[in-house]
Formats: sequence, C-alpha cells, structure tokens
Amino acid sequence: MSARNRELLALIPASLLVTVGFAAVFIQEDDLISDTSLTYGGVFLGLCFVAHLIIRFTLPDADPYLFPLVALLACFGLVMIFRIDEDLARDQAQWFVIGLIVFAATILLLRKDYRVLERYRYTIALVGIVLLLLPRVPGIGAQVNGAYLGIELGPISFQPAELSKICIIIFLASYLRDTRQVLVQGARRFAGITLPPLRHLMPLLVVWGAAMVLLVFIRDLGSSLMFFGAFLAIIYIATDRLSFVLIGLGMFGLGAWFFANTVSHVANRIDAWQHPFDDQLYDAVGGSYQIAQSLFAQADGGVAGAGFGQALIETPTGAPILPAAQTDLIYALITNELGLFGAAGVLVVYLLVTERGMRIAMLAQDSFSTLLAAGLAAVFALQVFVIVGGVTKLIPLTGVTLPFISYGGSSIVANFLLVALLLLISDRARREAQGR
Amino acid sequence: MNGPIFRVFVVIVGLFALLVAWTSRWTVFDAEALRDNTKNRRELLQEQKIDRGPIKDRDGNLLARSVPGPQETYDRRYPNDPLFPHAVGYSYIDRGQAGLERFYSDQLSGDHGEITSLLDQVLSRKREGDELRTNLDPGAQRVALQALNGRKGAVVVMEPKTGKVRVMASVPGYDQNAIRNSDEFRRLNNDPDSPLLNRTTQALYPPGSTFKVVTATAALDSGEFTPDSTLDGDSGKVISGVPLANSGGQDFGNISLTTALTNSVNTVWAQVAVKLGKDTMKRYMERFGFGEDPPIDLPADEKAPSGEYRKGRVLSPTSTYVDVGRMAIGQDKLLVTPLQMATVAATVANDGVRMKPWLMSRITDPDGRTREDGEPQEEARVMSESAAKQLQEMMGNVVREGTGTAAALSGIEVGGKTGTAEIDPRQDLNQPWFIGFAPLDNPKYAIAVTVERSVGGQGGTVAAPVAQQVLQELLG
Repeated sequence: MSARNRELLALIPASLLVTVGFAAVFIQEDDLISDTSLTYGGVFLGLCFVAHLIIRFTLPDADPYLFPLVALLACFGLVMIFRIDEDLARDQAQWFVIGLIVFAATILLLRKDYRVLERYRYTIALVGIVLLLLPRVPGIGAQVNGAYLGIELGPISFQPAELSKICIIIFLASYLRDTRQVLVQGARRFAGITLPPLRHLMPLLVVWGAAMVLLVFIRDLGSSLMFFGAFLAIIYIATDRLSFVLIGLGMFGLGAWFFANTVSHVANRIDAWQHPFDDQLYDAVGGSYQIAQSLFAQADGGVAGAGFGQALIETPTGAPILPAAQTDLIYALITNELGLFGAAGVLVVYLLVTERGMRIAMLAQDSFSTLLAAGLAAVFALQVFVIVGGVTKLIPLTGVTLPFISYGGSSIVANFLLVALLLLISDRARREAQGR
Repeated sequence: MNGPIFRVFVVIVGLFALLVAWTSRWTVFDAEALRDNTKNRRELLQEQKIDRGPIKDRDGNLLARSVPGPQETYDRRYPNDPLFPHAVGYSYIDRGQAGLERFYSDQLSGDHGEITSLLDQVLSRKREGDELRTNLDPGAQRVALQALNGRKGAVVVMEPKTGKVRVMASVPGYDQNAIRNSDEFRRLNNDPDSPLLNRTTQALYPPGSTFKVVTATAALDSGEFTPDSTLDGDSGKVISGVPLANSGGQDFGNISLTTALTNSVNTVWAQVAVKLGKDTMKRYMERFGFGEDPPIDLPADEKAPSGEYRKGRVLSPTSTYVDVGRMAIGQDKLLVTPLQMATVAATVANDGVRMKPWLMSRITDPDGRTREDGEPQEEARVMSESAAKQLQEMMGNVVREGTGTAAALSGIEVGGKTGTAEIDPRQDLNQPWFIGFAPLDNPKYAIAVTVERSVGGQGGTVAAPVAQQVLQELLG
C-alpha cells in the first residue's frame, strides 16, 4: 500500500474521535445531537482531508503517520475546547484553517528544496531573537501571570515564542552542520573535561545567553528550559559529546539558580511550586492557587476519570475552579475527565509524534536535514514536557501551550509549520532512501 | 548521528515516563489526601448540584426539601414553623450537616456506592436523591412542645413493639433556615441555652427515681425478689456507710416492692441493689443499653451513652467509685439521656424485649421503589416476659395510686414512674421526670419526659402532666 493510502486509513481514528467526541459533548449538554455538532465534525474532517490531498500531491513520499497523529491530537483538542466553551471552539477551528493555510503555503514554497533556509540562517536567527523580545516592547507586550509571553496588536494576541522556537532550531541546525566537525576535532581536553574551541563556542554561548534572557526578561522558566533543552539535544546529536551537554546543563543550572535567587518573579514561581498549599502563596495574585487547583482536578479524575464533560471548571457563581482550563491547565482537565489512562494515552500520542520526527531525522541523508528534524522533534517533545511537567508539579508551572490541544492561534500556526517542515524533510529523505 | 538521536529519544521517553509517574501520583497515590485537603472545595460544589431528596414526617408532610438555586444548584429549605429541628438537622454547604440530614446524607444525595455512580456516569444520568420518610408524628410533637411550654427539656415517644420514634421534642429549638446565616449560626452556637443541642439524645441528666425501674427489673428477673417481697422502708437506712433518707423523711415500715415503687421509697430500692450487687446491676443496665451510644439512626456525635460518669467518662457499674445503693435510686454519679429512659419504659412495655429506636421508616428512590425499610429490630431480651408483666403491673399502680397520678388518662390505664432529681437544693432546683407507657394492658406508646432546672418541680407535678397530654393526643 502506498504511503498516502496508509495515511488516509490512519486518519480513521481521528475521524471517529471527532464524531464520538462531539456527540458526547452534545449528549452531555443538550440531550440531543444538534446540527452544529455535525457541522463541526464534518468541517473538521473536511479540513483533514484537504490537508491529506495537499500532502498527496506535493509530498507523495512523506511519512504516512505523522499527519494522522497530529490530526488525532488536533481533533481531541478541539473536542476538549468545545466542551469548555463553544465560542472558543469556533475561534480555534478558524485558527485551524489558518494553520492549514500556513501548512500548505510552507510546503508549496519549500517543496523544491527546503535547504534554502540555510542561506538565511542569520536572518532567521535574528527574527527568532527579536520575536522573543517583542513581549517586552512597551505598547504591544502583554504580561500574563507575571510572565511576558504574548504580544497584543489590536484584537490579535500572539505568543511569539512559539514561532521563535522554530527559527532558533533552523539556525542551530544550519550552524552546527558547518561547525560540528570543528567542534569535535578542535576540542581540547582540559582538567579532564573536553572543551570545544572557544571561537566556535561563541554562537553557542549566545544561545545560552538567549535562554538566560528568556529567564530574566520574559520571566518564563518553562520556555527557557524548552529552548535550552532543544539546544542541548541538537548539539549532542551534532557532536556526540556528552561533555558538551553536561557543561551546558551546568551553565543553565547555574544561571537558573542565580536568577531564582535574585529575580523575585522567578523566586515566587519556585515557592509556589514547592508549597502549593501555603495559605499566603495560595491567596497571592499569581500565587499557587492555579497549581493547587490543577492537582485537585487530577485527584478528582483518578484512574478512570470523572467522565467526559463531568469536570468542574467554574463555581456556580462563575469563579474559576480550574483557571486557564483551555490553555495552561488543559492537561489537568483531560486528567480530570479521562483519568490517568486518558492522560497517559495523550502522552503516548505525543511520544509517537516525537518518534516519527526522530525516525525522519535518522532517515535523512544530509546533516542539515537530520539536525533540523531531530531539533524540531526535540523541541516539540520538550514543550509537552514543560507544560505537562508544570501542570503535574514536576517542575514549576509556566505558560507554554500543549501543542495542538491548548487553545491559542500562534501555537496552532507554529506547530503546523513545524509539522510541514518535518514532512518536507521526510519526503526528501524517503525518496532518497528509495534511490529515486 | 543515528546513535545520539536514538539516545536523545530514550531520554525523551524517560522524561515522558516521569510525566506519567507524576500524573499517577496525583490521580492515585496522593488522590485521597488531595480530596481531603481543606482548600479543595470540589466535593462541596459537586454536592450543591445534587437535588437532595425530601425528608417527610409519618403523615407525608415535608420536613426538608431542596429548591433550585442559581446555576443548577440546589438549596435546602425547612418548614418555617420547625417541629423537628433536632431530629431532621440541616444540610448547608458552608455549615455542614446535622441530624438525619447527616446520617442519611448518602441516600438523600443519591450516592449508592461506586458501581451505581459509575453506571450513572456512563449513562450520564443525573444523580437524584432518595426520599426519607420518618416515623415522626407532627400532631403528638406539637402537643409535646406546647406542654413543655418553653421550659427547657425533652420528650421522647417510642412504639414499644417496633422501636419507631414518634416524638423527639427538645426545647429550646431553632429555625433550621436561619443556620444559613453565619452570624445567626454563631449566635446559636454560643447561646447559653444550647438550642442546637438535641436534648433527647445528647443531654445527660440525673434520672432520679425513674431509674428504680431498672433496679426493679434486676430484682424481679434475677429471681432474688418478687413484687411481694418485703423490706424495711424506714428513712435513714445506712447505705455505703451514710444514712439515706426517703423523700420527705417518711418512714414506711415493712413494705412490698410494689408499694415501694408506688411510693418511690428510696431505702427499699437501695437495699435491693446492695443485695443484688454491682455485677447484677451491671448486667441489667447493659441489657437496657446503658454504657453505649443509643442505637438510634443519628450521627454518633449527636448522642451520648448513659451511665455512671466520672471526669466526663462512663464508668462501669462495678467500679469502686460506684455507690450501688444510691445508683439504684438514680443518684450517685448517674447521668442519662431522655431517649435511654424512654427505651427503659418501652422495654418493660414490650414484655422485656428492647427494640432498636428508629427515626427512619422508609427510604424510596425517585421512582418510588423502596430502598431501605426501618424494620423492627430486636436489640436485647432484657428480662423474662413474666418479670416484665409484673413490672408493668407495679408501674400501673404508680399512676393509679402513687406518685404518678397526674399522668392518668380517663378510660385508659397508664403505667409509669416519676422521678425528681435534686440539682441544687439551696435554690430548690430539681430535674423532674416521668417515664411510662399506655395502654397498660396492651402498650402502644412508651414515653419519657424531663424538664431542666425546674424550681421546686416534682416528677409527679411537672413531668407527669406533660406525658398525660402527649399520651392523650396519641390515644385519644
């Protein structure tokens, strides 16, 4: 069976999910299945089919499972958001259309050879850094819960970090393709540690600096962890030197420790993380109320979950019981309604997406493609780790999105872009592997 | 580069395993503690959305009901003229629960255990509460409250054969609807008259001479005495090294036990108990249910055990601290609940078998199917049928010609026993009692009446008339 036909078949689980999911929400809320639910389901399935056709005609050899897995996550996310608020779901569905347009445009634009991106590596890096700093620009920057993650341009709000992560990965992949040999061969052993040559280390120090900037200016531990983790993954894959990773982790740890002790916002976040039920932190603005409620919601879910549409999101008077249920805490809501099993299932799907990404990286024939695919897969997985780790109190809670599931336009657009790049790499790699 | 890619993927798998581990931590291992966390208001909010079932009296009048509030919530309402506030209790999210509302909260909120609620979830059925029908009798309750006429005290009426509790009057009462207001709740809690206290099951009073019925049971059933056994009824008999006086210092000479009960002669009953010994007294007290919480369907912290008290704890009747002769006449350190004394009267009336007191008559689901039944339940055989019959006759004499004549009904014979415990002789404060049953030949109702800190009041003059009015209402 051809790759594309397999992809089409693999879309069946997603279609079933979207149908059953919407039916469940409606039975829950209206006791009957109204026309809108069918419209929603139909339109969404139509969009998936259109995306499939785009891939079929432009990237016939691309990985057949990546898109169906993403569609599964997106369907699930849409049903979850629909269950929270119908209006939000309408917005989200519109963002899916825009995301798919970006997806199609990326594929059409880079169909010939996506490696042209290498030529603009410094421009792309600059764009990435500027995007990161935008939220601190007076007038358009927006502070949420003490962190500067979004910008607001009139009615449109946007989280630039989502796009920035892709820019930085493109830059790192292309930079390391050139310098990986030098980094390895020019390395000196000093006091038992293998140190890379200083001249080539500079750009990498810049990345470390960027992560620290994120920590201090953007005040978001989670996204800086995500950036820096992806950076370490990609440098490890490029050089196969564990010592670089250890040095990097040490530097990050040192920086994080320093800023945790000097920047009050970061310190507060860490306090709230460690003592979520402390009376003072619980009542403080931007304190531990959110993480405490996240844990209560998960406890409420138990192993099997409270059932779809059963979780409490707000009190009868409209006060939030689960704040930011559609964005930051959507994983807590999933756990509440579908239990440990449902939540673990979602994580498995994310792991499968990552696995496809890594497999594409392994299959790719040139270093740039390998590093780009591995970097994109790593940053995707780390984003999931950072937000789910935050919601489960494994690490301090931060405001990054759960890809394809959380409500938010920039997240959807950026992650569709990410998937488009992975499919582009995959198409080329598989064609070359087959010797065509 | 495939080796490092694989190793990076392994690390990512490891990180995701951590995520699953932490999710299990909150959903499974720490879930119980999180649910009990005081900051967690989910359960309360969830309960607010449940349409709790109504509580009704035996005639089907509403004693508690749920009314729809804002945002699909429900609020609890009680009659504006509350007859049974202590038995029914209350149920408010912010105040907690009390009484039957608390004891039957699972049933009232439709919680039928894990499997059923899981099924409800799957079928997305709305949880509905069951209806609780009680044995409470509004007519008799109203008469009891009127007869107490604002005096602090309690009246309990039970059906001897079934244990059904028909009257549970505790004065002062309170308005359950007012509990919702936090200031009012605080005021009720701090009120020196303790209006929230259920005096029938929680208040501990010295029983006075009503306890002689327990002593008489031990005397007759043990075979040591008959109703005709005679003893010296002179005042001033030395009991436990101290002379004991009869009421008014009266000397009776050699009299039968029947006469000693009719005239409530302290010295005779004290001698009986000394002769029987602490072990025998203990055996019969335990059969009557002394020393443990009454088995009525109310929350454990709304009932107290009756017995000899020392430093706030119940003593065994065999303890060296117990003066058995004075205990036998309801003195010493004896403290009892009105429900316990009603149970004593009901047991005698039921030919010696003690029944479990039931407030609940029937629990039915929203479709009208019976889920639980308050079937008569035997607690203990306290005495032989013949001993019970003899005691019934002796108690009949008390009302016919002794201290309890004020409880007599026209045309219907009543059996009973009065009691007057001295609380503070200098202020002439007494605790008057009456326990009894009617009709004498085929008892349908057993009753206990007591009034708190009555100035100069006697069981025969203060408590017996209350019992008379309530029994009149029930049998008339």
